Amino acid sequence: MLTILIADDEAPARNRLRDLLGNIAEMHIVAEAKNGKQAIDLAIQTKPDLMLLDIRMPLMDGIEAAQHAQKLEPKPHIIFTTAFDAYAIKAFDLNAIDYLLKPIRLERLQTAIDKAQALKPKQIEALKPLQKIRSHFSIHERGRVILIPVEQVIYLRAELKYITVRTVEREYLIEESLTHLETEFGERFLRLHRNCLVAPLFITGYEKRLNEANEERWVALLKGVSETVAISRRQQHLVRET
Amino acid sequence: MRKNSRLPNLHNLGIHLRILLIVNLLAAITAVLFSKQLNDFLPLLAELSAVVQPILLLSMLSLYALFPLINKWHYWQGIVAILLLEIGLTFLVFTFFNQLFLFETIPNTYRACLLSAIVTGIVFYYFHLQQRAYSPAIAEARLQALQARIRPHFLFNSINAVLSLIRSQPKRAEAALEDMADLFRVLMADNRDLVPLAQEIALCRQYLALEKLRLEERLKVTWQIDDMPPDALIPPLILQPLLENAVYHGIEPMTDGGEIIVTIYTRHKELHISINNPYAAQNQHLTGNKMALKNIKERLSLHFDLEAALRTTAKQNRYDVHIRLPLTR
Repeated sequence: MLTILIADDEAPARNRLRDLLGNIAEMHIVAEAKNGKQAIDLAIQTKPDLMLLDIRMPLMDGIEAAQHAQKLEPKPHIIFTTAFDAYAIKAFDLNAIDYLLKPIRLERLQTAIDKAQALKPKQIEALKPLQKIRSHFSIHERGRVILIPVEQVIYLRAELKYITVRTVEREYLIEESLTHLETEFGERFLRLHRNCLVAPLFITGYEKRLNEANEERWVALLKGVSETVAISRRQQHLVRET
Repeated sequence: MRKNSRLPNLHNLGIHLRILLIVNLLAAITAVLFSKQLNDFLPLLAELSAVVQPILLLSMLSLYALFPLINKWHYWQGIVAILLLEIGLTFLVFTFFNQLFLFETIPNTYRACLLSAIVTGIVFYYFHLQQRAYSPAIAEARLQALQARIRPHFLFNSINAVLSLIRSQPKRAEAALEDMADLFRVLMADNRDLVPLAQEIALCRQYLALEKLRLEERLKVTWQIDDMPPDALIPPLILQPLLENAVYHGIEPMTDGGEIIVTIYTRHKELHISINNPYAAQNQHLTGNKMALKNIKERLSLHFDLEAALRTTAKQNRYDVHIRLPLTR
């Protein structure tokens, strides 16, 4: 018995998949999602063996969902579906990533399910260029996966080997490079300091304070949290610009 | 489509701007030619302008006023009439200045009239050449090349939507396939002649009905077309591709969808069409959008030259495409 999660923003597409899967033995649909975020949330609860992800969905698309899904245990098999996306299809073909063209045919669905496997690291890498800016961060914590919307992130601070993701409620740890994050998110975050990216919307003002070495330095005041972020000397011009 | 030589539309601002530009350019060239040194240029240009501008102004006003009349005549009759008008105006202005003794050296009036005739000839030859560039043969060939392309995304999504309904709601699936046939027949047809506005609207409604199959409540469309003239002629497939863009870029990326507002009205003998949809800056891949807009702009220009315009604005989470074209019946 194979447990399956379907994700597509269009009801007719989900209906069709449901009907088709009904024609294949030993298939059990455990969840249906309207977008990538819902897909991951439901996948956390239902732990499907296989996820059928439409690559074009609002809020979070199939490509991003597939990347977050790598943190699920066990890793689900993934098959993408698309009506037409020449760019994505090319990437899939080049990297032997399995996908189905809509409208989906029963035989092709059957073949794809038989072949389905979890994505390999090289394939995940190959998906990155297809990815728009992430809509969520996924945190792997004590066997759970948590999704945090990027708009809720106040700052990203580099520690020794990890990055601290700070929202109003709490901190999380992710294993990524701050420079990569800066490149990915562009203007959504300001690099106030070599080890800190701050969301401009959460900056309420700037102040001069004494740091540990008793020198006067500018810091950024943040909405919703008491701590401040030091601004490196090279970035002081950002303060003057506001 | 223009099949024979016709006078340029002397009621059109763009045409008058071009006349202004060409004549002033010719005056500047003359000033350059007759300047012995750099210092001479500006005074010489000023002297020239002193006679050229009044004549130019009077000409433009007369041409505007007389256009409805001379447009009814044959092309060559119109050109001769304009030449005579220019010579007449030049003669008048020079005689006027002569009486006032405003200048030290007044060029010979008859020479001025000749020059005026030559300049007029140059200006209208320019318009004639311009029309030839947009000549029927070339324009039709270009229009054929610009045939609205069916976006594959829409095609496969529609087929998918119909397939999903075939067992559960066969009648609805049947209606959808019929709508698709109509739509694709228009999309693949030879779309070079103008069509009535009502026909384009009907096509758009069919297109939106198909999209509603898969988007359901996420797609909301408001039609503000009470004042629209249904028999107004427009190039085919101006509206439908814009709606397709609105759906693809404005509705699909939104979790809860949104509203597209289509407004059509007339003002000052012009037809205005506006399509307004939700817009979220971070969701945009604008490449597909630009192609369709470029295609439509070019077809509008082929049919209406400077008299049609397309403008896009993005503000306050809404994206607006506004088309203006002459009201033709």
